[in-house]
Amino acid sequence: MNKYSNKIRSILIDLGLSLLSIIVALIVGTLFIYLTDKSPIDAYSALYIGAFGSFRAIANTLWRSTPLILTGLAVALPFRAGLFNIGAEGQLLMGGFTAGVVGFYFTSLPTFIHLPFAIIAGMFVGGLWGGLPGLLKAKMDVHEVIATIMLNHIAIALTINYGINIFRDTGRPATPKIMESASMFNFKNIMDYPLLSNLPFAELFAQPAIRLHINFFLALIAAVILWYLLFKTTLGYEMRAVGFNPDGAEYGGINASKGIITAMFISGAVAGLAGVGEVLGTHLSFINGMDAGYGFTGIAVALIGQTHPIGVILGGLLFGALAQGGLEMQFSGIPSEIVMLIQALVIFFVAALQVFKVYLAKRKAKGGVE
Amino acid sequence: MPREDNYILDMQNITKIFPGVKANDNVNLSIEEGEIHALVGENGAGKTTLMNVLYGLYDPDGGQVFYEGEKVNLNGPQDAIDLGIGMVHQHFMLVDPLTVTENIILGSEPRSGLMLDQKTAKREVEEISDKYGLFVDPGAKIQDISVGMQQRVEIIKTLYRGAELLIFDEPTAVLTPQEIDELFEIFRSLKEQGKTIIFITHKLKEVKEISDRITVLRSGKSIDTVKTEDVSEEDVAELMVGRQVLLEVEKTEAKPGSEIFSVENLKVKDNRGIPAVKDISLSVRKGEILGIAGVEGNGQSELIEAITGLRDIESGKIKLRDKNVSNYNARQIKREKVAHIPEDRQRRGLIMDFDLKENIILGYHDLEPFSKNGIMKYDNIAQYTQDLIEKYDVRGGGMEAQAKNLSGGNQQKLIVAREFSHDPEFLIASQPTRGVDVGSIEFIHKQIIDRRDEGAGVLLVSAELSEVLSLSDRIAVIFEGKIVDILNASETDERELGKLMTGSKAETGGEIIE
Repeated sequence: MNKYSNKIRSILIDLGLSLLSIIVALIVGTLFIYLTDKSPIDAYSALYIGAFGSFRAIANTLWRSTPLILTGLAVALPFRAGLFNIGAEGQLLMGGFTAGVVGFYFTSLPTFIHLPFAIIAGMFVGGLWGGLPGLLKAKMDVHEVIATIMLNHIAIALTINYGINIFRDTGRPATPKIMESASMFNFKNIMDYPLLSNLPFAELFAQPAIRLHINFFLALIAAVILWYLLFKTTLGYEMRAVGFNPDGAEYGGINASKGIITAMFISGAVAGLAGVGEVLGTHLSFINGMDAGYGFTGIAVALIGQTHPIGVILGGLLFGALAQGGLEMQFSGIPSEIVMLIQALVIFFVAALQVFKVYLAKRKAKGGVE
Repeated sequence: MPREDNYILDMQNITKIFPGVKANDNVNLSIEEGEIHALVGENGAGKTTLMNVLYGLYDPDGGQVFYEGEKVNLNGPQDAIDLGIGMVHQHFMLVDPLTVTENIILGSEPRSGLMLDQKTAKREVEEISDKYGLFVDPGAKIQDISVGMQQRVEIIKTLYRGAELLIFDEPTAVLTPQEIDELFEIFRSLKEQGKTIIFITHKLKEVKEISDRITVLRSGKSIDTVKTEDVSEEDVAELMVGRQVLLEVEKTEAKPGSEIFSVENLKVKDNRGIPAVKDISLSVRKGEILGIAGVEGNGQSELIEAITGLRDIESGKIKLRDKNVSNYNARQIKREKVAHIPEDRQRRGLIMDFDLKENIILGYHDLEPFSKNGIMKYDNIAQYTQDLIEKYDVRGGGMEAQAKNLSGGNQQKLIVAREFSHDPEFLIASQPTRGVDVGSIEFIHKQIIDRRDEGAGVLLVSAELSEVLSLSDRIAVIFEGKIVDILNASETDERELGKLMTGSKAETGGEIIE
């Protein structure tokens, strides 16, 4: 089929170009590594080994990608509907905090109720935190960038500055530890489950240093669901129409408000799931600083993934690998600032590539037809 | 060497290849000094590419350019400007908040020391303006002057930079009929002063009126260069399209039935909150075409938007088959079997980044067979799209191509295909052939007539008087938001309509509806 081969070809070109820009970024990065008197080869092999060098490294790269994929999706979906969600950070905090409270507050629920309850509650509150600016945009034309930034500040105040202090029971700035019944499955505990321990390679996961938990797979599922929503449903069609051309969508009888509110609610819920996973899977309580700027990094992840849900997975993996491999780089003596700089270079070059592609497309359009 | 001594410009065997297309294929264009030379061709024929080669924007893959007898290499617009070639683009390159003078001198400002020499600049602009009868106010801001005036600023800009050869890229597309007449006066004045003009267009009437010679491009090739006096409009159309074209609309007498649509005392405001439609009443019967003639900006756009549910009305009534649809939104109106070809296909009619199959269901996407229970049925849509692009001859890359990659004519055919395929009973066509090539115009006109003959009521709005006259059965003239007269198309002509459109009362016939 010609139409499919064309599609595959354009995807391969995209991937190839992205890879190329990563390579260029690493080459430019060598200049900075030289400044530290370390060998770039050592540094990059540390980066590679840290991210992909062992089963544990790969598992932890996936673990670090998880919140980034989710916040990336939370930025990508509204972007397709013409909205810029700067509020994934706040949505993540609200979702995580809610899940944390549900996780410790109910002490006698069975796992099959407690865990889904905590997840759904967290996603729902995150969804409200995203849906509110959507509602303001749709009904009162309040710009979503302003609204989501403000809601970020409010979320920080509500959860970290205020919420933790209501519930904290120890000296550390965190809510109490969640119940076992609300915690997400961690792969390092795989041998505790007779059914799973018989699976091939199960024992590979049973390392204490492996931090991968089930939320990674929930993130993949979320990406697939969003892909389906965007490209296979009438709602997604309408969202994309509004995003590309609101006047054309209006002409087509599309109610922009519906798309805006839905997109922002879903996006908030997905960002909320990022927070839920950090609380129920990674930290086992809501702690100060667990957001780690994921909401903002999510913007870069979304753009690198070309705001396509599947692209966002790849973007999230790239950032996860840089974070995980960057640690190993630090261990090998490269200052953390240089590690961050190399990460920034990769983002810069991948982003520059997008601009280049837009330019090419324009130039082509200019020449091809009048 | 140039092929004749009196050629100011001789482009020989220009070839320009883009991935997948030969935009120019051994094109020859020779311009005599002091002539007005029309460069015509359908959308996509290669006119703009050729001019971009001449202006140094594209490197040709083959061919030579001679200017004033010398072979020249053009590496950028500055090279062209230095030679004395000036381009007046279709989309003006002006800075809105700056004055006319500031825009004209931008990039080659006269200085006294470090300071801008405002006085000299203003004087020079005035001199040029007077010399060619351009009459611009050097102190006015661009944002405050009309499109026609802005175009004159562009003309002065090129003259200020010493242009001897002026290229006009579709200059009349944005002008009202009066402004077009004035532009042609300017052309004649420029020619008298010894300037040479290349006039890119696809409007044959204008070619016939103003040009001395014509070069026709088709599919990237130069087909012929002819003397304007030796050919008819039909001849040129045939050269452009490659087959015989009907410039006249063929239609039979209308057989109007009962009334299908009416507006009563409709009042609508524009975006600034100023009344744009002031108490309009009119009606359309089944099987007839009611044309609305008027200079653009007299309330037509707001009227159509109000009817199609895209703009709130202040007061009045809109009726469709005796049903009051005054407060219907765009979706509800569509469901009443109303088709709408919007005046701005890129802003309204299409989602330019969507592909053909996504565009061809816009507004119908939530109906079966295109979707069911909120899930899109892309297999059905693909089949449907394939059928329609064959039936309506939409060319340019198949159903997976983005709408923005289609030529203007094919974009319009795509909209026509979509809107005409749901058995419309009432059809609103706003500027249906604006910026569309001759072959597509013929096709679109025929489609509109066919719908009428099938019994649909048609409301046509067009800035092209000839289009309104040839398609309509009755013509309503709109001026400053009011219908000043309704005439039978067979009993009026361009002269009478032109007068009514500009506010003079009718000399003969017709009842005045206020």
